[in-house]
Amino acid sequence: MSARRKQFDRLGDGLLYGICLVASLLSVAIIVWIAYQVTKEAMPSISKFGLGFLTSQEWQPNFNVFGAGSLIYGTAVSSAMALVLGAPIAISIGLYLSLLAPAGVRGIVAPLVELLAAIPSVILGFWGILILAPFVHEHIEPWLHDTLGFIPLFGPPQTTGASVFTAGLILTIMVIPIIASISRDLFLAVPRDVQDGASALGATRWEVVRGVVLPSTTSGVVAASLLGLGRALGEAIAVTQVIGAGSEIHTSLFETGDTLASRIANQFNGAVTELHQPSLYYLGVILLVIGLVSNLLAQWIGRRFDYRRFSK
Amino acid sequence: MSGPVPDPAAPLTPSGNLRRRQIFSRVAESGATVAAIIAVAVLGIVIYTVVSRGAAAISFDFLFTGTPTGIGPAIVGTGLIVAVATAIAMPLGILVAIYLTEFAGSRMAGPIRLALDLMNGLPSIIIGLFVFGILVNHRHQSGFAGSVALAIIELPLIARGTQEVLLLVPGSMREAADALGVSRWRSVLGVILPSALGGIVTATVLAVARAAGETAPLIIVDSIFDGKSVSLNPFEVVPNIPVTIFTLSEEANPEGFTRAWGSGLVLVSFILFASLGARALLARSKRKMPT
Amino acid sequence: MTYPDSSQGPVEGSAAVPPRFRIQAPGVESTGVGARRELGLEAVFEARDVSVSYGAKKALGGVSLRIPRSRITALIGPSGCGKTTFLRSLNRMNDSVPSFRIDGQILYHGHDMYAGNVDQVEVRRRIGMVFQKPNPFPKSIYDNIAWAPRNLGMKAGLDERVEKALRGAALWDEVKDRLKDSALGLSGGQQQRLCIARAIAIEPDVLLLDEPASALDPIATKSIEELMHSLKGRFTIVIVTHNMQQAARVADQTAFFSLDSSAGDPCGTLIEFDDTETIFTRPADPRTRDYVTGRFG
Repeated sequence: MSARRKQFDRLGDGLLYGICLVASLLSVAIIVWIAYQVTKEAMPSISKFGLGFLTSQEWQPNFNVFGAGSLIYGTAVSSAMALVLGAPIAISIGLYLSLLAPAGVRGIVAPLVELLAAIPSVILGFWGILILAPFVHEHIEPWLHDTLGFIPLFGPPQTTGASVFTAGLILTIMVIPIIASISRDLFLAVPRDVQDGASALGATRWEVVRGVVLPSTTSGVVAASLLGLGRALGEAIAVTQVIGAGSEIHTSLFETGDTLASRIANQFNGAVTELHQPSLYYLGVILLVIGLVSNLLAQWIGRRFDYRRFSK
Repeated sequence: MSGPVPDPAAPLTPSGNLRRRQIFSRVAESGATVAAIIAVAVLGIVIYTVVSRGAAAISFDFLFTGTPTGIGPAIVGTGLIVAVATAIAMPLGILVAIYLTEFAGSRMAGPIRLALDLMNGLPSIIIGLFVFGILVNHRHQSGFAGSVALAIIELPLIARGTQEVLLLVPGSMREAADALGVSRWRSVLGVILPSALGGIVTATVLAVARAAGETAPLIIVDSIFDGKSVSLNPFEVVPNIPVTIFTLSEEANPEGFTRAWGSGLVLVSFILFASLGARALLARSKRKMPT
Repeated sequence: MTYPDSSQGPVEGSAAVPPRFRIQAPGVESTGVGARRELGLEAVFEARDVSVSYGAKKALGGVSLRIPRSRITALIGPSGCGKTTFLRSLNRMNDSVPSFRIDGQILYHGHDMYAGNVDQVEVRRRIGMVFQKPNPFPKSIYDNIAWAPRNLGMKAGLDERVEKALRGAALWDEVKDRLKDSALGLSGGQQQRLCIARAIAIEPDVLLLDEPASALDPIATKSIEELMHSLKGRFTIVIVTHNMQQAARVADQTAFFSLDSSAGDPCGTLIEFDDTETIFTRPADPRTRDYVTGRFG
């Protein structure tokens, strides 16, 4: 090999290493930059309202008075509903796809569940406005109010189906495929021989699941649920389409409400008063913090699962 | 009812509490099946609605003319924005993946992987706020700003997918290249990348399918347009499908709704086609991959 | 006919080496002090021309034998000749393999095991299995043993049941002070004895052992073999083993399986089944003789 070629090769190696490194550092820089930029744009509102912003429910753009209280509440309630409804359904689907379904059925249903995740949120939200909300308004809300109306959550239905409840249903639909596909992979990874050992002791299929499969995948399922939660927390478009843009906190799920992400999407383009845009950025900061925390928590719990394997 | 230890010679039908436990187990199994049916049913209902209502809107005019008769410019616009976004994200994603698999020690790899995972889980509205701050504020909306936002969304997906295929390349191939005295950059570009090409394309197609449907960032940085004419300049506002659907959905105009369903059908068809295509590509490239 | 309770110890009145009888003649043994009860020479299992296929491939063909009660029956033979397949057919563990098909009949105490009204879970409750590789649950030692009895509603006296099972598996002394520790911290031999304890805790009628010592070191193997002698009177035991010497040491009856290529594709089949002593000293079939004298296999 000629010296010239060797030199060229060393240059090539160094160049490749260099641009790969730059690209990787750029990825890290982007995350940092995002956090910095969003916080910077929010500063006028942060310095004016401070931490009181988190509890104040006043949102009056015309008077330059802003508070995130009702939005944090709406985010919490709609996401909690999505998790409470969606996680059990998704885990059941994961069990079905890994342990119950015959091979042919599994091959069809599994891609269909993943396809549910591929539906753009704007289309799901549009479907929510025209199809789901009226249906909920006419059939589900009255029934729930009649049977469970003693619980403040299920107050009287309002004029339309645009409500925190409908938003929660849409979020449930979005959260299910994420949790289901991760859960399915977790359940498939439980060793066959331990399950056989349980079956050989005269246990029913459910007992094998409850005794062996679920306990050994708990951390992973929790991590998957947190990832699903992150999705629900950050959803802006579908929520804003069906939640009705209400500004007050109501106990009844059937009233209108709003979430952090949804308010940003809804009001950003029309933000003219001095503190309006910074306050929307402040909402973004809160959303960023919540999103990062749930993501990091999911990864931390997920990693604990990795180490708690079946052999020591 | 017999005691806990059954008589061995008794028939092999449920003894003791087994009948009750079997009923419970079957109920649980049915529950799981019902859950799966619910998910498939919801998917079916949504797709059915999109197809049945959207088909009414589809026509030559709808696809090739501008507002108010069609969404042609929006289709072209989405194509443009996504293409530019992919042109940014794909090289970056591949380079990051190469760094993580070929060069990085665990000290460097940790933060980079973390950054990619965080980027993946970031609410897309926040990405829109970010791009607004750096590209639109004090200037004006643009398709390019939309592309940058979509590129941030695509980057972690392409990087992760590329990493997975690069890891599949057998160590023997790398060893062979080393043994022949081939330099690192030649072996990566000439041997390793080409054998991972199928997986890289698949990851990119899936990332494109995801980015094409993103509305939140575009609402913030590329939403004020009328959609009457095609725009091929990414540095101006570029009409796009997701924002079109959103705007039409918020107006109380039934005719607009039909156009929204039609736009949705176009978008969903593209995403479906891309997802299935990517899956088929993945299956094909897995068959070719030496194990 | 009354059946001796399977949880009792070795049959009273028998000599240190239980008398051997040819399987063909079920009968009553008279001991020196008079027949106390009919010794269990009834067949626990009766296989009638059993064949097993996985899809198009026939794994086992034409097996007919009767496995006697309260004895240890060993299934020996070279790899791949259907011993484990046959064993797993005895507690319907093969059902989970999608292409599994069985022809012929397997009777358990006279009941067709593959009849339509048979409940698999009930089958496994009465016919327990210990696997080749120890497979303890990722739970504590106590919970590993107690899990199945809890399912079965045996909540009373659970501590005693766990202790009895661990004593029966010769593991009690080693673990009695750390019952709450994870079972995964035990050695291979201990884990396998734990799996045996787990199986006997629910008082099954039969114990199926699929090469229980093949994954263990010689010392652990020895402890498993000793265990089997002590368990014999309480349970009917069927053991698959690659190790001829083990079969000779432990089993009362031995079945020799091998591959038979006469009908085209090689397929496992039962060559000979007799008292262990006969199989190893005066085998009837030349193939058996070749195998036990080490000429092949």
